[in-house]
Amino acid sequence: MARETARSTIPTPGRIPVTITINGAPAQLRIAPWTTLLDLLRDHLDLTGTKKGCDHGQCGACTVLVDGRRINSCLTLAVMTDGATVTTIEGIAADGTLQALQQAFIDHDAFQCGYCTPGQICSAAGLIAEGKAKSVDEIRELMSGNICRCGAYPNIVAAIQQAMGRS
Amino acid sequence: MINFDYARATDVADAVRRIAADPKAKFIAGGTNLIDLMKGDVERPSRLIDITRLPLKTVEETTEGRIRIGALVPNSDLAYHPLIEQRYPMLASAILAGASAQLRNMASTGGNLLQRTRCCYFYDIATPCNKREPGSGCSAIAGINRMHAILGASEACIATHPSDMNVALAALEAKVLVSGPAGERAIAFSDFHRLPGDTPDRDTNLEPNEIVTAVELPPRGFATNYTYLKIRDRLSYAFALVSIAVGLELEGSTISEARLALGSVAHKPWRDKAVESALRGQVADQDTFALAADLMLRDARAHEHNAFKIELARRGIVRALTQAARGTPQSQSDKRVA
Ligand SMILES: Cc1cc2nc3c(=O)[nH]c(=O)nc-3n(C[C@H](O)[C@H](O)[C@H](O)COP(=O)(O)OP(=O)(O)OC[C@H]3O[C@@H](n4cnc5c(N)ncnc54)[C@H](O)[C@@H]3O)c2cc1C
Ligand code: SF4
Ligand code: FES
Ligand code: FES
Repeated sequence: MARETARSTIPTPGRIPVTITINGAPAQLRIAPWTTLLDLLRDHLDLTGTKKGCDHGQCGACTVLVDGRRINSCLTLAVMTDGATVTTIEGIAADGTLQALQQAFIDHDAFQCGYCTPGQICSAAGLIAEGKAKSVDEIRELMSGNICRCGAYPNIVAAIQQAMGRS
Repeated sequence: MINFDYARATDVADAVRRIAADPKAKFIAGGTNLIDLMKGDVERPSRLIDITRLPLKTVEETTEGRIRIGALVPNSDLAYHPLIEQRYPMLASAILAGASAQLRNMASTGGNLLQRTRCCYFYDIATPCNKREPGSGCSAIAGINRMHAILGASEACIATHPSDMNVALAALEAKVLVSGPAGERAIAFSDFHRLPGDTPDRDTNLEPNEIVTAVELPPRGFATNYTYLKIRDRLSYAFALVSIAVGLELEGSTISEARLALGSVAHKPWRDKAVESALRGQVADQDTFALAADLMLRDARAHEHNAFKIELARRGIVRALTQAARGTPQSQSDKRVA
């Protein structure tokens, strides 16, 4: 109780109303300014597919697509995505069918523990949409923002190559 | 991260008004540096002024043939912009050498200029740091200083500026356009970032109540003979130990114009006009390049762990000048150094 009282005396800025379209569904939310998009997804919306690895932009586990572009959700304030469209790993598959990229990750055994995989797949989706990577070297370089602690890199590159061939 | 207020600027004048009204407020653009620092309580703004909705997102050619890059143009869009790819490939290359694809999608042109050092003591609020807390001392001078400055450092601070993009902007002689309560002004790139001196808490000459609105490139782009060579501990997604931007103009084998800038060796991108004039009129060969490297590093000073950076910079300069002269710039995806 004492703690509650103490806390209520600290002025906290109000929550801010925002509308964010998440995996196709518009959500009207009230968000504290310091909530990152990653924490909004995981802690407030129970979309725990997106992972928190480092929380500092250094691993890529939190990669999601905002207006179709891959970004690190741990360094994004949720209030700043007001009006945007967010796609997480939960929104990659259409109608319960695996997307070509997801199938390619399975075909190539492109993961071990799977912790980096949602970020890898969202990042690869962004990479394919950007259309800049042609060679294996270019895929590796443009996927360098996604660390895989299990070292599944060769299989991840092979999976992306397969998906690029199909899309 | 401390609690803070949040507001969106509606236009540049509104942004300037809001920042002037609250000395503890900060602008936020991509957030990739600021949010990171706020998570560690290194930055503790009372209020964030979101500038991402301002109309500063275009890359345009002016009537004088300059290129004006809006402060909110994302690093990735800039690197892949046709005008930049074709006329300023050194800049495109430098941007693509930095961070990751995700971070480049978020990071803005203005934010990249104002990113802070990666000195580990600056990040660690348990240790003294003159940049974070003026007068508290510098932990790096007697600490782990492998990544630190070899040029232009002071007794107060030996941090480096970590940006890749800025090294190319220095070599290209860009201008930074800013807006403040007194109106607009243009700052030459070499005057934008500061040496630490005894005020390392100030990274740049931007006033606290000013906003960067654009970066302007002069017509000369060095699109034929250029390179951006970045040397680091791993091949990608790592800050530079030393980086070198070179632009040359050649008449036959003689150098008619030269630009050379180093990154991650000083508190600002390091350019030295004496070296560039020494290169002018010389034959583009290994002897000329070795002399230029020696001249560029004549005042270099090592700390306990970073003496290797002086030799690395020396060899890197010779290699980068060679790449530029041959017209074989460093690839940012095939990492073999040719
Ligand atoms: C893991 C990681 C790796 C990285 N690797 C590299 C690398 O290899 N090379 C490299 O160069 N960079 C690297 N970066 C840094 C990255 O380039 C910068 O964080 C980015 O450019 C900052 O831009 P931003 O828009 O996100 O800035 P923000 O974080 O939004 O802002 C940074 C600062 O600039 C101020 N600001 C922003 N815009 C303006 C404006 N228009 N006018 C006035 N003030 C403004 C803000 O108030 C703040 O103080 C890396 C970052 C991370 C997290
Ligand atoms: S080098 Fe500069 S930033 Fe690093 S601890 Fe010393 S004063 Fe701080
Ligand atoms: S959790 Fe965002 S990059 Fe690691
Ligand atoms: S599969 Fe384990 S981290 Fe990538």
